[in-house]
Formats: sequence, structure tokens, C-alpha cells
Amino acid sequence: MKAFFDSDIWWSFRSSPVTVISAIVAAVCVFGAMLASVIAPHNPFDLASLQLMDAFKPPSWEAEGDPVYVLGTDDQGRDMLSAIMYGARVSLMVGFCAVVFSTVVGVTVGLVAGYMGGKVDSLLMRIADIQLTFPSILVALLVDGVVRAAVPREVHDQIALFVVIFAIGVSNWPQFARTVRGSTLVERNKEYVQAARVIGLSPLRIMRSHVLPNVMSPVLVIATLNLSFAILSEATLSFLGVGVPPTQPSLGTLIRIGNDFLFSGEWWIAIFPGIALIVMVLSVNLLGDWLRDALNPKLR
Amino acid sequence: MSLLQVKNLRVEFPTRRGTLVALDDVSFEIAPGEVLGVVGESGAGKSMTGAAIIGLLEPPGRIASGQVLLEGRRIDNLPYEKMRRIRGREIGAIFQDPLTTLNPLYTIGRQLVETITTHLPVGPGEAREKAIGWLELVGIPAARERIDSYPHEFSGGMRQRVVIALALCAEPKLIVADEPTTALDVSIQAQVIAMLKTLAREKGTAMMLVTHDMGVIAETADRVAVMYAGRISEIGPVRELVRHARHPYSQGLMGSIPPLDRRVERLTQIDGAMPRLSAIPRGCAFNPRCPKVFDRCLVERPELLDAGTTRASCWLYAEGGAA
Amino acid sequence: MFSFIVSRILQALPVMFVVSLISFAMFAYVGDPVAIMLGQDFTEAQRAALVRDLGLDEPFFVQFAKFIGNAVQGEFGLSYRLSRPVAELIAERAPATLELALCAAFISLCVGVPMGIYTGLFRHSWLSRFLLTFSLIGVSLPTFLIGILLILVFSVWLGWLPSFGRGDVVRIGWWSSGFLTVSGLKALILPAITLGLLQLTLIMRLVRSEMMEVLRTDYIKFARARGLPNRAIYFGHALKNTLVPVITIAGLQLGSIIAFAIVTETVFQWPGMGLLFIQSVGAADIPVMAAYLMMIAAVFVTINLVVDLLYYAVDPRLRVGRGRGH
Repeated sequence: MKAFFDSDIWWSFRSSPVTVISAIVAAVCVFGAMLASVIAPHNPFDLASLQLMDAFKPPSWEAEGDPVYVLGTDDQGRDMLSAIMYGARVSLMVGFCAVVFSTVVGVTVGLVAGYMGGKVDSLLMRIADIQLTFPSILVALLVDGVVRAAVPREVHDQIALFVVIFAIGVSNWPQFARTVRGSTLVERNKEYVQAARVIGLSPLRIMRSHVLPNVMSPVLVIATLNLSFAILSEATLSFLGVGVPPTQPSLGTLIRIGNDFLFSGEWWIAIFPGIALIVMVLSVNLLGDWLRDALNPKLR
Repeated sequence: MSLLQVKNLRVEFPTRRGTLVALDDVSFEIAPGEVLGVVGESGAGKSMTGAAIIGLLEPPGRIASGQVLLEGRRIDNLPYEKMRRIRGREIGAIFQDPLTTLNPLYTIGRQLVETITTHLPVGPGEAREKAIGWLELVGIPAARERIDSYPHEFSGGMRQRVVIALALCAEPKLIVADEPTTALDVSIQAQVIAMLKTLAREKGTAMMLVTHDMGVIAETADRVAVMYAGRISEIGPVRELVRHARHPYSQGLMGSIPPLDRRVERLTQIDGAMPRLSAIPRGCAFNPRCPKVFDRCLVERPELLDAGTTRASCWLYAEGGAA
Repeated sequence: MFSFIVSRILQALPVMFVVSLISFAMFAYVGDPVAIMLGQDFTEAQRAALVRDLGLDEPFFVQFAKFIGNAVQGEFGLSYRLSRPVAELIAERAPATLELALCAAFISLCVGVPMGIYTGLFRHSWLSRFLLTFSLIGVSLPTFLIGILLILVFSVWLGWLPSFGRGDVVRIGWWSSGFLTVSGLKALILPAITLGLLQLTLIMRLVRSEMMEVLRTDYIKFARARGLPNRAIYFGHALKNTLVPVITIAGLQLGSIIAFAIVTETVFQWPGMGLLFIQSVGAADIPVMAAYLMMIAAVFVTINLVVDLLYYAVDPRLRVGRGRGH
């Protein structure tokens, strides 16, 4: 632990106020979202507590605002602040799971391709290249559309959350695979790996204990930057109406709902979830940028 | 009057762990037409000295004190634009790796012509003729046909010849050549060095030749400066320094060259390694490795002192010496 | 030159093949087209007749070959949702998307490249810092949110610009253009900015980092050592070398404008292909999705080809196969 506080990473963290602030903001976002059910002032999913009378209340500082609803209410009288906290929980969860999914798939493919080389390598990388030709949001939309067509509606609503995670995860793995493959190729030709091979260690063991640790820092950087990207993708899918089910609204869903009321003057229903989304993504992006500079792997 | 004078040059690199002194109290002179060889281990400050002279130190490195004078004028504190007119025109530079010093997207002719027209009052047509002339001088066969070729169409040795032509084409008075042959095949090194030496002699160009190849120095240089840990440890005529080095470090350096004229049981080697810039010892920087170290070396840093035919920064040559 | 183009086209073929295979697989195996097309009530005989009509009883490769044959002729069958030929639907919507994408690409290149050059050259000026902060916010803002904010400010609050649709269009043959009317141009402004902004920030950051990378190279140092003026170094030597990687990535990013148009078109109810696609995803309208996928793939392959040709024009190392040796 002491070694950590002496390290360059800690030093570069402390000497960058922007990074410290974004870390704090990100931490607040994560805790606010995780503990939504405990600390949120209302439960937006408790239909009994919803008062249609309270619908469309502006934020509390506006003339018609109600101090009970700090950020106002939506069309069904839900407290915006609570809805945002619950929504952020869904957004973060989907984003995090999607990144874990693409990391696991990407790292595995990259390791195998880089280590095996030859035909396996060219096949896997060819697939990654073809997929990379298409913007990931399109891939995610297609995956979602195909699943939607393949399973009956009732089933789809139940698995929608997993479909979104899968769709976003699938759309992002090639980036990990490419980076890991590149690092693996470098590591594989180093003498200690050659030596490990000569003394007869199994390829699996060599990959896990020799190659993997050396590719972890670029993977960590990509994963951080990808987290913000995955959160944005989820928000976009939900905004387009093909993301998470309406029973579990994410920030994107909230913005979609709010978009309908933009013209009637109820701007807060779309804007506050939007701000929450921007703050969350921006802080993660800043952390990712800092991490990239601090670990300084050869990244493009 | 000497062409180039470097006086007490000190180059610093501010880092977050404190300021590193990369060059400290470096002084030497180069006469018109003279070839000064600069030798030393990697990191001794040879290339840094060259970069400081042409005014292209990598930031955050900066000249902290001292002066660089060209024909008596100070050039180390010139504004960028004035220094730019000196670079290429009065001081040319040759870099180490010919594969990376030429712009891959422009023909060599274009790169030569732009250099010539930047510095000399000639039109494009005349500049092109001059360029062809320079390519012939540096030994590019069929120069007139090959002037419109791109760098990747030449081999490494040929590219370094092009680089030399580029450095010489505005007819500077001084060339700073930073390890000009290190990146080349051994068989080509000798040719390129011989060509460079002949051209410099013909044009009366002085040269600061940075290298770690003692063979090149012995053959090419008039005088030699030996650098160690950012300082000059000994400077003097090449013959004297190679045969009778005075500084214990230079003695070690010369002792590591296998002599061709007699058999030796084993070559001498210098124990240990040069200190990092962040951990230069008190007193003489060479004291941890010096076989002749004594009390004074541990506390006081020696200046360059007269040591017979050369000047060495070693207390052995102070009044009274080690006695 | 000719062989270069041919080899690039040959490289593109497998991509198109894989994409067609995926499209066809979606077409043939996802959902039950027969059930969708027949609706609720049908007899077994009707079903069998339709299966035969659609050729669904034939072997896989025969079906696939027919699919490709049809696709080459622009024939993708009927939309399940609208019961109209898919090709007709796409042709109707294509001009709207293409005009939008063109404007967005224009904005992002004409603003992004100069901004990238500036921030790469003058890294420490306050304007550079401002632009970099702006670009970081730019990549953190989802496209749809940019659209919503622009609508809120310029349509709802200020009332200057329309928030949806294309305005009046002029028909030129089968093409419908919004460029020729005032309302068409006004309608174009917000969607084009929305769509171009993300690409603009990406292109700016890309040009900046490439510029900084190039400025660190030996040949730039050598150009300085030769005493060339800054103008020649920056805009001659550095910029040309920066362009080489920028062309590739910028090309691919411009391609992704077409895909991101899906989002922008949804926000602004822009009657283009993206809106058509998203409606098809919602309704599981596989023929439209398959056709859209094929078309996007064709667009990308074309962009890749153009990028390669530009590359060829900029970088002499590609033009002359190998060095001639000594």
C-alpha cells in the first residue's frame, strides 16, 4: 500500500486537480446510483406513492416548484431526482456488464490470436476487421433487432436487459482483441516466454502467467474509456426505444420520455437526466484520459 | 580567431524530482576547417552539446548558463528567427539515422532545393543545378536521374550521403555531425566517413564529429574532446590523446581499443558504469571508478588543467598533484 | 495504378460476401416471414404456396445465390411492415440521408482539420486549451442529447429554426433535394450540426495527435536543423505527413456519419434511411434491415476504396513498389 502512495501513478493523480475532481464526481455518481433505493427521496417505481396531481412540477427553484421535488416531476408525477438515481443505476450496470463482456471476449480472442498466430490469427483478426468497419452502434442495433425478431415479445421484455448488454458488449470486443493481440505478439517473442516454452510450460499457463500480466495496463485504459462509450451506447439505444425495457428506465429512457415534452415547456424532464448522463460520462472520460497518460502504453 | 567558442556551457533539464544537469561547465573551441572529435559513453552529453550549439535542445532542456559564440557573435541567446537563419547556412547538422531524417513524402531534389533557396540568393532552376552538383559530390551515381527519387528508393548508405549533401548544400562553416555512421553497415561506414572528411577539407568546413567509435576519431579528427557525465574530462590533439592520455578515464577508454601492432594478454576495462545524471557523486564524477582516486577527488570537482600536451580535468595535474 | 485498384476491390469482396451471408441468414432464419406475411388466418395450402413462391423450400445455397442475384439488382423483397418493395423505400429515403451526411461531413472536415492543426502546433495557447476542453465535452455528449439541446435553444426558446422534417424539397428526377429552398436549408442546419459535431471533435483530436507525433520525428528536427522557415516545416513537411494516417481514419469516421444519422434522424424526425431502419428494428422488419445492412456495407467498401486511392496519391512509398537498392 505504501508502495502505491510512493508510485508515479499516485503522484500524477494528485498533481492533476481535474483528475481528482472527476474521480470524486465519478465516485458520487456510482454511490448515488448504487444506493438509489436507500437514499433516493422517493421510489419512482412504487405506483402507490405516485400522485398524478403532482405531474409536471417544475424544479423547486421555479415559481410553481414544489420543495418536495427538487428537480421537478415527470408526466406521471415521478420525482425526477429519484428517477435519475434509479436510471443511473441501470445505465451504470448495463455499461459495466457490457465492458466486462467485451473485455473477456476481446482479451481471450486477442491472446489466442497473438499466441497461436498463423491461420487462427488471420481468421480472428479478419472477423475483427470486418466488424470494425461498421460503427459499433450499428452493430448493437442489428444484434438487438435480430434478437427482437427471433424471440416472442413476452420473452423479449424479460431478457431485454441482457440483450442490450450483449449487443453493446459484442459491438466493442474487436478493440480489445487488437490491442491484446499486438502486445501478445511482442511478448511472445521475448526471451522469457521462449524460455517458458522450452521448459515445457503449457500454452495456457504461459498466456495466463506471463503474457496476460503484461497486456493488462493497455486493457485497463481501453476498458475505462470503453465504459463511457458503453454508457453512451446504452443511452442511445434506449433513446431510440430499442434498449432497456420501459419497466427499468435508464437515463436514456428518461431523456426519450422527456423529449416528448420539450415543446410544451417541460424542459426539465429531458434536461436533468441529460446533465446526469454528461457528468457521468465526462468524469469517466477524464479518468480514462488521465489513466492513459499515466500508464502511457502505446495506444492509438 | 576560432570559429566556434563554447564557454562554460550548462544545460539543465527541470524534472519533477529536481533539476538534472545534463551539461556542466563545458568549454571548447573549434578553429576554421578543424575537425573536433567528441567521444564518450552513451549519455555523457555528446549529442546534447551538438543540440545546444545548433539551438535545438529538446524541451524542457535549456541552456542555464554559459555562452556559444560563432565567429565572436553570441548565438545561444538569439531569437528563434535569427537562429533559424544561422542553422543550415552557417552551422549544418547531420543526424544519426538516415532512414528517419529524410521526409519520406518529398523527393530528395525538393528537399535539397528548398534548403538551398532558403539560404542562398538563387532561383529554383539554379538551385536544382546546385543540388545535382552536391549529389555528385557526395557520390550519388547518376545524380541527374535520381534527383527526383523519393528517400525510400535509396539504401541506407546512399541516404546518409543525401543527408550530408543537405547539411552542406548551403555551404555552412561548421558541421555538427552526430554519430553520422553509427546506423550504417560497417562496410559502408568507412566510405561515408572518408567522403565526409574529403568534402570538409575541400570546402574548408569545420566539423564537430560526435561518435563513440575511436577508430573514426583517430582517422578523422584533428583534436579530441572526451566527455564523461556531462563534462569534458580531457581535450587535446588526437595523436597525443590516443597515445598518451592523461586523464584516468581517457586512459581507460584508450586502453579498451585493441592495438593492431602488438599482442596483448587482455584489454583494460573500466569497472562500473557511468553515474546517472540524477546521482552524480560529489567531487570528481569519475571518482567511484577511478584507479588513482585520492582524497581531493572525493570533495572537490576538478577544472580542466594543463596536463602537458592535453588539458585534463583531473587533480593529478594540479599544482603539487597527488603528492 | 490499375492493379492497385483491382487488388483493393478483390480485398473488399470477402467483406461484402460475409455481410451478404449475415443479411441472408437474418432474412432466412430470423423470425418466420411466412407467418408474418400471412397474418393471423391462413390455410396450410396457402402457407405451402407462399413457401414455394418465396423459394423457401429450396436448398440453402440456391436460396443464397438467388438472394445475392436479387441484391445485385437492388431487389430485397417486400417490407413486412409497409408491404412495399424495400428497394423503393430505400430509394425514396436515400436523398434525405445523403444530403444530411454530406453537410455533416463538410462541417466536420472544414472545421475539425484546421482546429486540429492549430491545437497541434500551439499546444499551450489558451485557445488550444479551450478547444481541447470543448472536444472532450464533445465526445462525452451523446448525439441525441446534442440534438435535444439544439432544439431546446434554437427551436423552442429562440424559435429561429425548425425542429423536425426536411422543409420543402424540390424533386429532380427521383432525387428530392432540400438544398434549393430556404425552408429546406433552414431545416438542414440543426441536424447537420448535430451529426457533424461528434465527428468534428474526433477529427480534431486525431489531427492534433498526429501533428504532435509528426513534429517529434527526426525529419522535422532535421528540417529545423536545415534552417527551413516554420511555415515550410508546419504546412509543408508536417501537414503532408499528418494527412497520411488522417485520411484513413477520417474516411472511416465519415462513413460512420451515415450510421450515426440513425440517431440524428430520430431526434429531428428526418425522413431518411436511418429513421426507416430504426422503425424496422422496432418492428422486426427483417427485409429492410437486411437491405440497409447491405447498403451500408457497400457505402463503407466504397469509402475504403476512395481512402486507399487518396493514400496512393499522397504517399510515394505505395506508388513505387520497392526501393531500387544501392
